[in-house]
Amino acid sequence: MGTSTQALSNRATDARVTEDFDRRDFDWYVDKLVAGLVFVCGISAILFVLGIFFFVTKEGIGFVFEKMDFREFFLTPYWSPSDAEDPEYGILALMAGTASVTGLAMLVAVPFSLGAAIFIAEFASGKTREVLKVLVELLAAIPSVVWGFIGLVIMNPLLIKWFDIPVGLCVLNAGIILGLMAAPIMTSIAEDALKAVPDRYREAAEAMGATRWQVIYKVVLPAAKNGLLGGVLLGVGRGFGETMAVLMATGHAVNIPNSVFDSVRALTATIAAELGEAVVGGEHYQVLFTIGIFLFLVTFIINLSADLIVRGIRKG
Amino acid sequence: MATANPTMFQASDLNQHNERVQRRYQLLFGLMTLLLITPVLLILGTLVVKGGGAISWEFLLTAPTDGMRTGGVFPALLGTIWLVTVALLLSVPIGVFAAIYLSEYAGDNWFTRMINLAIINLAGVPSIVHALFGLGAFVLFFRFGTSILAASLTLAVMTMPVVIVATRESLQAVPQAFREACWNMGATRWQTIRRVVLPNSITGILTGVILEVSRTAGETAPIMFTGAVFFTPFLPQSVFDQTMALSLHLFVAATQVPGMAEEIPFGVALVLIALVLTMNSVSIAFRMWLRGKKKW
Repeated sequence: MGTSTQALSNRATDARVTEDFDRRDFDWYVDKLVAGLVFVCGISAILFVLGIFFFVTKEGIGFVFEKMDFREFFLTPYWSPSDAEDPEYGILALMAGTASVTGLAMLVAVPFSLGAAIFIAEFASGKTREVLKVLVELLAAIPSVVWGFIGLVIMNPLLIKWFDIPVGLCVLNAGIILGLMAAPIMTSIAEDALKAVPDRYREAAEAMGATRWQVIYKVVLPAAKNGLLGGVLLGVGRGFGETMAVLMATGHAVNIPNSVFDSVRALTATIAAELGEAVVGGEHYQVLFTIGIFLFLVTFIINLSADLIVRGIRKG
Repeated sequence: MATANPTMFQASDLNQHNERVQRRYQLLFGLMTLLLITPVLLILGTLVVKGGGAISWEFLLTAPTDGMRTGGVFPALLGTIWLVTVALLLSVPIGVFAAIYLSEYAGDNWFTRMINLAIINLAGVPSIVHALFGLGAFVLFFRFGTSILAASLTLAVMTMPVVIVATRESLQAVPQAFREACWNMGATRWQTIRRVVLPNSITGILTGVILEVSRTAGETAPIMFTGAVFFTPFLPQSVFDQTMALSLHLFVAATQVPGMAEEIPFGVALVLIALVLTMNSVSIAFRMWLRGKKKW
């Protein structure tokens, strides 16, 4: 909405309520009522985000204040919450699991989705582009539990056969699955970023005799840089927060991986697997919510930076 | 092709080199696109081949039997329909009104930026954190218990950004002149929205709603602890009952039930994917039809 709308509408409102022409009739009150209702719904997104933070913190805060040793929590790899006598809550191995899987996923997804985005936005045309765009959109729609299932029953035996390893549920499996999941989303964000570069940039470069690849490499990519980076960051956020697929494809073993064939366990998957058996209000339960607070804060920072980066270019 | 006597209209060596480079990159990126799409299509093909045999009316319309090792998916399918319906009843009105606020009322200021950031975050927070929120807020604090209501509320909060973003886009696609013409007739803001803006964008909003059906049906983590259960012999009678759900049923069938015939989890996956992709295709087709029809 531009400011012109605002100015126009203000003028309209002013005219309506001048004293000699007061129209505070039924419609006027309905209008005010709806404006209030619409405003409440408008801020609901903010309320929900605050609500998420509040309720997740509310359940987990007991542990943070009373028992949590930050050093032990973040820097030890020992996770044995169901040990009756001496439960240990170190999430280092879980963080390593999440990081290794997300990192590998990005190695798979970033180059391929940037390549695909460049092809769709700059090279393909007409029907080809439409078909590719629809396919990418459909791929993005596949639910994460289906991806987990694919990792479990299709990738697992394939990896065992190809690499001659005992178990195919490992960093490699989950990384590929997560990469395939994140790629369509990153492709469409990157494609949007490339489309947002004004055509006159391309035309100017083409008029100078540049080939299409030169235009892309020297003009379009630098101009779309921030949008592309924002897309990559959102992809990282997706991978970091993905739950069902990593739960099913990583092997779910608490472990700091030495190679891509090691089984690991992710932060998100730990919550999904253990919340059901944790006693409500108990220590284990609170620790799982503490991990939730951590996940919330990290994704919040990732999303915030992506937003700031994308906005950065729009102003500049 | 450099000849002994080049004319000015012939491509120079440099130009030819550039052309070659350009073709090489086009090929490279084209291949990357193919490599991205083909494995997924192959995987989907495998699912169809392996799960296709399980699909029948009986599979869709009967309950699991023999400790879930045999039988169909009816309770899970019905549960998903319940969850999606209740979630949409909650999220669509709020989402559409939120989009109306952003498109028709909000100015371009820090407050609107905050709302936009909140929407991005709502979509970006891990689904398992939404599950924790649903458990802490709806199940425990508001005392809905593990029920369809609690699970649907969680799903509604999580997928609302889909409706908001789609609705905002289609509202903003209505030309400003339409609104101005209406205001000049003396209509209030709400009258303008109801009589002019909404009728002109309703199909776009529907596209978003269909897309949300697809998103909501596929979610698993948010409903695991809020209302969906691994198995229940009862069909849900009200929103306060627990239910099975298709997405969770796939997880259970794939990981928790030893000795299940292999084609059953494949069949469940196929039903879920078919449901989600059909909804998405309908939404995409709708959008394309709309684009072709646009009058302004």
